[in-house]
Amino acid sequence: MIKKLALTALTALALTSGGAYAAGGGEQHIEDFKFSFEGPFGKFDQEQLRRGLKIYTEVCSACHGMKFLNFRNLGDEGGPHYSEDEVRAYAAGFDVFDPVLDDTRPATPADKFPPSNLETAPDLTLMAKARAGFHGPAGLGINQIVKGMGGAEYIASLLTGYTGEEKEQAGSVFYENTAFPGGWIAMAPPLEDELVEFDDGHSNTAHHMAEDVSAFLMWTAEPKMMARQQAGFTGVLFLSIFACLMYLTNKRLWAPIKKKAKES
Amino acid sequence: MAGIPHDHYEPKTGIEKWLHSRLNVVGLAYDTLMIPTPKNLNWMWIWGIVLAFCLVLQIATGVVLVMHYTPHVDLAFASIEHIMRDVNGGHMIRYMHMNGASLFFVAVYAHIFRGLYYGSYKAPREVTWIIGMLIYLVMMGTAFMGYVLPWGQMSFHGTAVITGLFGAIPGIGESIQTWLLGASAVGQPALNRFFSLHYLLPFVLAGLVILHIWAFHTTGNNNPTGVEVRRGSKAEAEKDTLPFWPYFVIKDVFALAVILVVFFAIVGFMPNYLGHPDNYIEANPLATPAHIVPEWYFLPFYAILRAFTADVWLVQLVSFVTGGIIDAKFFGVLAMFGAIAVMALAPWLDTSSVRSGRYRPMFKWWFAILCVDFMVLMWVGARPTEFPYDWISLIGSAYWFGYFLVILPLLGVLEKPITPPATIEDDFNAHYGKDADASAAE
Repeated sequence: MIKKLALTALTALALTSGGAYAAGGGEQHIEDFKFSFEGPFGKFDQEQLRRGLKIYTEVCSACHGMKFLNFRNLGDEGGPHYSEDEVRAYAAGFDVFDPVLDDTRPATPADKFPPSNLETAPDLTLMAKARAGFHGPAGLGINQIVKGMGGAEYIASLLTGYTGEEKEQAGSVFYENTAFPGGWIAMAPPLEDELVEFDDGHSNTAHHMAEDVSAFLMWTAEPKMMARQQAGFTGVLFLSIFACLMYLTNKRLWAPIKKKAKES
Repeated sequence: MAGIPHDHYEPKTGIEKWLHSRLNVVGLAYDTLMIPTPKNLNWMWIWGIVLAFCLVLQIATGVVLVMHYTPHVDLAFASIEHIMRDVNGGHMIRYMHMNGASLFFVAVYAHIFRGLYYGSYKAPREVTWIIGMLIYLVMMGTAFMGYVLPWGQMSFHGTAVITGLFGAIPGIGESIQTWLLGASAVGQPALNRFFSLHYLLPFVLAGLVILHIWAFHTTGNNNPTGVEVRRGSKAEAEKDTLPFWPYFVIKDVFALAVILVVFFAIVGFMPNYLGHPDNYIEANPLATPAHIVPEWYFLPFYAILRAFTADVWLVQLVSFVTGGIIDAKFFGVLAMFGAIAVMALAPWLDTSSVRSGRYRPMFKWWFAILCVDFMVLMWVGARPTEFPYDWISLIGSAYWFGYFLVILPLLGVLEKPITPPATIEDDFNAHYGKDADASAAE
């Protein structure tokens, strides 16, 4: 299976890590990637999500899990939108633990993705909401209003932020990364150019792949984003009309009272 | 109900009379809705309705969330994700509940500061004010416990920090902390009881809200002039007031609609802006987040808590005098609760003979500084405890206490207030009458 061949070497590297919470200071550099889902009317790009899923499957899933995501959600409209058969076939590529059998079995669309293989590798389902790429200035949160929370930008910046420097500390290897808080991360650089081949022939430079997998992780973190924005828009529209009507009602209601005050 | 003379409900039809002689529920509703309300209320008097709406919103969304939530340390976080992904409309309900808490606090702070400026806390409205402060305390408790339920990193470690505050009480602190948590550390017993109380307290709030409304319906509303409604006769009272329905209901609903436009824009397009990303990481007792920051609405008081460190001379003095019983940690806790206590005591600390800040030329400035101080404390509460933030929070805290304990009592003596208008009618006519256009054109 692809994901198993994928990165045993990577697993070995990460296994030695003592945890991702490396201490130290250092300025984080977060690049403001442009994503299709940004802005109030942003939408997920189905093709990009499919590419992201492929990168997750072949690279990330060697160590990281997504235990809050159901396989069946891969068929959701607005998401990767695979057909039922495709989802079933994809799910069967993963083994999940079944407490009834007390054994592992191939996953079905009704199952959730498996959890992380490595205790030190955080679950990725919510990663795009669990990190904020943009802060400040000075804790005022203005950047987050202008640019968004920057979860996906943080992931993409992290994946492309390796400088190539490494160091050994207490028996673990750390890699210098310009996006990671503290500057040194236990995860080895996971992406390199042409690591994953896409069916649609899309560019597979490390930079593009970082973008695609970050977009995919934004979807796994917030699969209902488009429905939410739709509901928010409807709410704003309806309430704006309602507010106008109430303004006019109020004006009319008070007009005789204010007129009487004028004549006093 | 109120001391202001007005029409009361008269049952007319047979069935009305039948019910009225058995249960005066229609009469109660009528008197509540038709209460004579000062006609010069400005736009700062809309927050009460917004707050009532928030309580209903939080209870309604909360009741649905409970149907899908599991209060178990291993399952709570996943059950929230279940709500966000699998429950019909669950993501909207949860985001409305989450941001509803923020709207609740925006409104309560606007409401409190309105009261502080227009002297709404002064006699005869002290009881309304005290009940309001109790509502605010219960709100904070409810919000804090609600934040624990998703069982994220910030939930867990925030709980550890806040319950740890009680551990700072000398002698009995540790026992109290254990009693609160149901164990020596944050875990399943704490989650279970916070869940239970988070469901209970909103109904306590509802009860307090009824008392709050009852209290100010007894005294009548304050108004921007602070001048009381004339009560000599019904005709006189009617010159100063209008019935709450429809004049103020329509006005308030208009304001509520405008506020909800902003609310839905936040829920729809940036629902996590006011939250903390760390709470999307499942609680892990072994990994403490780099910065433990409470929700924004606790930050001013959190800043006061952290301001009094062991190197502040006042803390050292108190520690010396009390023989070390009040150490820096306990001092901070006392300061935090004290900051709310001095606000609750405002009715007895304010010595001015004039109620409304509008007619108090010096008070106006000190109050403006208090508002800025509150915002600065809110900002500094989320900053790291290092220079210059430690100094800013110390100065900010000092001003907070200084305002209530020194400035309010002294101003009443030192300040020469402007004479307020004789009646509410005069104020209203001055604002909308023929002279108003002339003075606006100048």
